[in-house]
Amino acid sequence: MGIDIKFPIGLMFTIIGLLLTCYGFLTNANVAMYTKSLGTNVNLWSGIGMLVFGLIMLLFSLLGKKSKTT
Amino acid sequence: MENGFILSWIDYLIMIIYFVFVLGIGWALKRYMKDANAFLEAGRSMPAWVAGLAFISTNLGALEVMGMTGSGAKYGMLTTHFYWIGAIPAMVFLALFMMPFYYGSKARSVPEYLKLRFDEKTRGLNAILFAVMTILASGISMYALAILMEKVLGWNFHLSLVLSAAIVLGYTYLGGLSSAIYNEVLQFFIIVIGLLPIVLLSLQDLGGWAGMKEQLAPIVTAKGFAADTWTTTWKYTGSAAANPMGVEWYGIFAGLGFVLSFGYWCTNFLIVQRAMSAESPTAARNTPLIGAIPKMFIPFLIIVPGIAALVLLNKQGSGFTLPEISPGHYNYDYTIIALLKQYLPAGVLGLGITALLASFMSGMAGNVSAFNTVWTYDIYQSYIRPLTGNKEADDKHYLFVGRMATIFGVIVSIAAAYLASLFGNIMDFLQTIFSMINAPLFAVIFLGMFWKRTTGHGAFTGLLAGFFIALLHHGLTVPAGAATLVKGGWICNLHTYPVEMAQNFWTAIFAWCTATLVTVLISLATKQQKTDDDMKGLVYSLTPKFKEEHVAWYYRSSTLATVVLAIAAILSILFW
Repeated sequence: MGIDIKFPIGLMFTIIGLLLTCYGFLTNANVAMYTKSLGTNVNLWSGIGMLVFGLIMLLFSLLGKKSKTT
Repeated sequence: MENGFILSWIDYLIMIIYFVFVLGIGWALKRYMKDANAFLEAGRSMPAWVAGLAFISTNLGALEVMGMTGSGAKYGMLTTHFYWIGAIPAMVFLALFMMPFYYGSKARSVPEYLKLRFDEKTRGLNAILFAVMTILASGISMYALAILMEKVLGWNFHLSLVLSAAIVLGYTYLGGLSSAIYNEVLQFFIIVIGLLPIVLLSLQDLGGWAGMKEQLAPIVTAKGFAADTWTTTWKYTGSAAANPMGVEWYGIFAGLGFVLSFGYWCTNFLIVQRAMSAESPTAARNTPLIGAIPKMFIPFLIIVPGIAALVLLNKQGSGFTLPEISPGHYNYDYTIIALLKQYLPAGVLGLGITALLASFMSGMAGNVSAFNTVWTYDIYQSYIRPLTGNKEADDKHYLFVGRMATIFGVIVSIAAAYLASLFGNIMDFLQTIFSMINAPLFAVIFLGMFWKRTTGHGAFTGLLAGFFIALLHHGLTVPAGAATLVKGGWICNLHTYPVEMAQNFWTAIFAWCTATLVTVLISLATKQQKTDDDMKGLVYSLTPKFKEEHVAWYYRSSTLATVVLAIAAILSILFW
């Protein structure tokens, strides 16, 4: 039915991933904020994880489109 | 917990981005919604991986996530029986033995299959019970979510109720079943990524699995169980008294592994509908198998943090608390959100809350999209439309009816949520009652598919008898410590079960046995109304065998099923 769901998933994860990565990067010096998460900058790590997943989804979506048109 | 905790702008921003995408998917699908088939059946066009993820995502609703984490704290790894012995074998069975008939019969819903295989009355009974049950479930989960958001985030109860319902309505109204399914895939990934940090952080905090096990020992022995009861699955099921579920291994095997799980996964249209939307017979068969692979690992996402929460509750200085129902009795429904609050700073916290919202939405959209199909095809088209004297109506008309049913379903769900907030006990009771239809329904569909002698009268009386026995059993037995008649024993108390779960298992077992027995006896005593020709594609012995030689070996359902069962077996042995 019409749409390729990999694209919106990829896009959304990329956007939120970028957002969290930047936020994590900017708040990296804030030790108090990350005592909760046992000293791990979870924003940065989750952000990077989501970004990678999002980009892989986008890549698959584009590859899928290419193989359909050729 | 009482004073709530404040979210920051970034948390809200993540939620808003999620809402935009969810509604955007519905919007993008709007132009494909040209007829009822597209709206209610997704045009039978879903790839197997999409349908497969939607299949488990719709089951991963808010009540499941909250409930399973709570059960993790209450019963430990024993809760995984709901997955490794419960859901997985049932999903494999559905895929291999039942999907060919559901999909191949061209029925548009489970009630419609009953009509094709048996008769009108069996379909009518099932359709009406299913419609009511679905709306109840949707209302109760909406209530559970809104109360959680109110207690923990300080959000306005009414606002979060109406807003979350409005978003679900928005995307299901726009894009129908396709929108629900595509969003369930998105929601599945959000749930996993949003909850993963608390799994890792809680385990890290307790010194890993081994550290957690060590700290569990004194807590568990204080409850009167062996030290490793919470981290094993089968070891203490030799007697009901040795494990917190209060069930022996054969009770788990028959009640959960067979009757309850097969009843739920193989006959619940909410679930089966996802597989019926697949693009081909092979895809339909593979849908539950593909879903089963991530399903097996969901315990690590939602049960393990629950076990960690039990340790944290008893650990001095951890700062972790749960609200108490009465002194010493915690409300475990709050486990998941309390963990989010414990470990996550602004940013990922918003992601975690979004994951909870996503789980709520996947569950509710599932209910709504199953409800509107059953309403349109099995109730409206069969009973209401003929009353107007104009039996024929074009597809456009049913598209309109489907859309109206979507709005109607959401409004009644909201009403049910308010009823739940006013009369929580009565709603719990109703839900218990309606869940009793699954076990007899499985008995009837199973006999119908594999024994061609099964008749419509047999099926109908079997369903009623099974349901009646389930009610009777519930009315005659009580779980220990039950304060209200809602939990059972409203006739008189003949037997006391150690925990409610044990009572549920045995209710289902009795209901299934009765339904099977009655269906067989009445079928033998009545004449088969359907000819062999009528039943072609509906009954095992009258249908050509499913061929998959043309499919690559690694994509055959037999291969996938073997892999799935092998992994489930390995997991069970690892955590024996």
